[in-house]
Amino acid sequence: MSDTAVAVQHDERHAHDDHHHGPQGILKYLWSTDHKVIAMQYLFTGMFMAVIGGFMAYVFRMQLAFPGISVPGFGQVSPGEYNALVTNHGTIMIFWVAMPVLIAAFGNYLIPLMIGADDMVFPKINRLSFQIFLLSALILLASLFVQGGGFGGAWTAYPPLSAVGEYNQTELGSSLWLIAVALEFVAFLLGGINFITTLMNARAPGMKAYDIPLVAWMIVIASILFMLSVGPLIAGAVMLLFDQTLGTGFYDPARGGDPILWQHLFWFFGHPEVYVVLLPAIGITIDIIATFSRKKVFGYKMMLYTAVATGVLSFFVWAHHQFVAGIDPRMANVFTVTTLLISVPIAELLFVIIATLYGGSIRLTTPMLWALAFMAEFLLGGVTGIFLGASGADIYFHDTYFVLAHFHYTFFPIAIIGSFAAFTYWFPKMFGKMMDERLGKIHFWGTVIPFNFIFIPLFVLGMGGQHRRIYNYQHFPELASAEMYNLREMATYALLVMLAFQLVFFFNCIKSWMNGKAAGRNPWQSNTLEWTTESPPPHGNWPVDEMPNVYRGPYEYAHPDREEDYWPQNEPS
Amino acid sequence: MIDIIQGSTYAGDIDNLILFMGVVVGFWFFAAEIMFFWLIWKYRAKDGQKSRYLTGRERHVKRWITWPHGLVLVCDIFIVWASILVWMDVKQTLPEADHTIRITGQQWAWTFQHPGADNELDTADDIFTVGELHIEVDKNYHFKLESRDVVHSFSVPIFRIKQDAVPGRSITGWFNATVMGEYDIQCAEICGIGHGVMAARISIEDANQHAAWVAANSVSTTP
Repeated sequence: MSDTAVAVQHDERHAHDDHHHGPQGILKYLWSTDHKVIAMQYLFTGMFMAVIGGFMAYVFRMQLAFPGISVPGFGQVSPGEYNALVTNHGTIMIFWVAMPVLIAAFGNYLIPLMIGADDMVFPKINRLSFQIFLLSALILLASLFVQGGGFGGAWTAYPPLSAVGEYNQTELGSSLWLIAVALEFVAFLLGGINFITTLMNARAPGMKAYDIPLVAWMIVIASILFMLSVGPLIAGAVMLLFDQTLGTGFYDPARGGDPILWQHLFWFFGHPEVYVVLLPAIGITIDIIATFSRKKVFGYKMMLYTAVATGVLSFFVWAHHQFVAGIDPRMANVFTVTTLLISVPIAELLFVIIATLYGGSIRLTTPMLWALAFMAEFLLGGVTGIFLGASGADIYFHDTYFVLAHFHYTFFPIAIIGSFAAFTYWFPKMFGKMMDERLGKIHFWGTVIPFNFIFIPLFVLGMGGQHRRIYNYQHFPELASAEMYNLREMATYALLVMLAFQLVFFFNCIKSWMNGKAAGRNPWQSNTLEWTTESPPPHGNWPVDEMPNVYRGPYEYAHPDREEDYWPQNEPS
Repeated sequence: MIDIIQGSTYAGDIDNLILFMGVVVGFWFFAAEIMFFWLIWKYRAKDGQKSRYLTGRERHVKRWITWPHGLVLVCDIFIVWASILVWMDVKQTLPEADHTIRITGQQWAWTFQHPGADNELDTADDIFTVGELHIEVDKNYHFKLESRDVVHSFSVPIFRIKQDAVPGRSITGWFNATVMGEYDIQCAEICGIGHGVMAARISIEDANQHAAWVAANSVSTTP
């Protein structure tokens, strides 16, 4: 195995010599095949899209708290615009924020550095992956401004609403939305192939499968899950596109089609997709917690196998999204069993993270706060999912704000808290400067506290029967009480506070990047290979004659045979 | 918490299931959070103190994971069992119908077809209404749920019932109201720009009131 790895690296180095003479100047950044540059491209595109997704949330939350108000920066919200805003908020946050930041940006940045490779094994495919991703983002943004407006049929895009222009009244917007999503899948398939192949083939000499840092494993497992689940949805998307544009009837019952078919194809992908973004966030969390509690991960293999088990189980739970969708009621019993079973590996993952703290020496740095907050908040998201996986309770909760609050308690910790954890932890490596800890902590508390004040009221509203995707509750007397409007206002005010605190983050980034303290190679005294090179790492990651060899696992903190409390993977024993 | 009345025979069952799960799940949630924060406090960094080297393979340490892990599975079995019982009652087994109605969703209104005086659906004396459903309290109703265009979802929060209406299908469900009065009917599945106005009301009447309503409306619809 290690022979092959060396051979591949050797060939790669030649490839690098070639593209050293490639594009110069600004083109170097647009046309680079360096995994670190591509990671930055993904990161900044993802952050830009997060700002847009956040702005959409601001607009529709203002409308919900103060119906009919002229929202500053947007104007009055029409029902069609409201639908387009919630639809595209969801689509953007999952496909253009969570995936590019957690998987593509950190996967690209970390995998080669963590396994001691000088680049991905397919650098040009990597570049193509980002270019297609950028194109998909541009198409999605364009779809908001075409005639009829952006697609407003929810991110789940159930036909016939999504398939027929007469029904959705956004004929062009729907098609562009669908094309953008399909292109995004293509970008991630290309990226995923690269991640998997690189992890398998380009590891440093001596790095065995169980010496790979968990975050690299998790991103690769997520890529495999994505590859296995997305096929049916792409087929489904092509059929939907044909229904939209060529007038076929795949989902039209009048012509022998079936609208429920789409739901199966969508959720067969859609549920594994949750774990596609969850696993990288768990990997980030466990790596950071190990570093800052100076502890070996409690049960490395247990963690790895449970992640795989979660992934496998996630292919058998999709219909819990369709309990009341008109499927055979007997099917619900089967899917209740599989769905509840998935709580077992997920609980185990969380137990392992908690157990890793035991006996540690915990330092509450900003990245550690984010990692711990991921745990604390995700737990609530996890346990509320059980109510929805149990068919009997889902009859009531389905399509209410309880569902919405539940998945925001999973996705927000994953996509936002997890990303901030990773960003603040690897910022010194990426930019060579330390971030300001005081500003970092202000931003942390200013994000996490309001987050709870946004979504706890929404749980309460959901339990009170408030259903989703309604631009104004005035037509529903039971939902138009003063009490309910107060809760809606509370959520909106909390959102405004949270958004305002994001300015602290951007200010901190710029300030630290300009004037931050030099980070040095290994500011956190961590073990993994990315910390053994300069910050930021040079092209090719290490000088050619200093490529690392690996002698041990990634989490040898506080080893009893050693004076120092960490033991870098590349240090000969 | 927002008070929402229990208006059907199975509303209490669903609420009790939610309560039972709340207790089980709440126990795990608080146990995990308390353990988590206690560990963070207990093992905060202290000068000159090194952390412990544990691999997680030692049996006496590992059981802190494996035991709770087994307990989670046991809890799951109870939740699955309770949930399936409720599900079978609400969705899978239909009691004999006293009346049958047809509910049709379309962009963006609910149409209700009541059986009329002969209590038979699809006869000349059927009563059609838009946006208001009239039913009699304490009777088993079957509904045939259909859609003319896109997917809608028939939801009555006080009954705790929800069922998607799918074009091309007729889906049968049931309810039995236990309270009288007028309550919300929602469309719970996004169905286009008018989704937010797709509201209707359900009037639950006693036998006399309902008979009077049927009589008053049958006369005018039959020539």
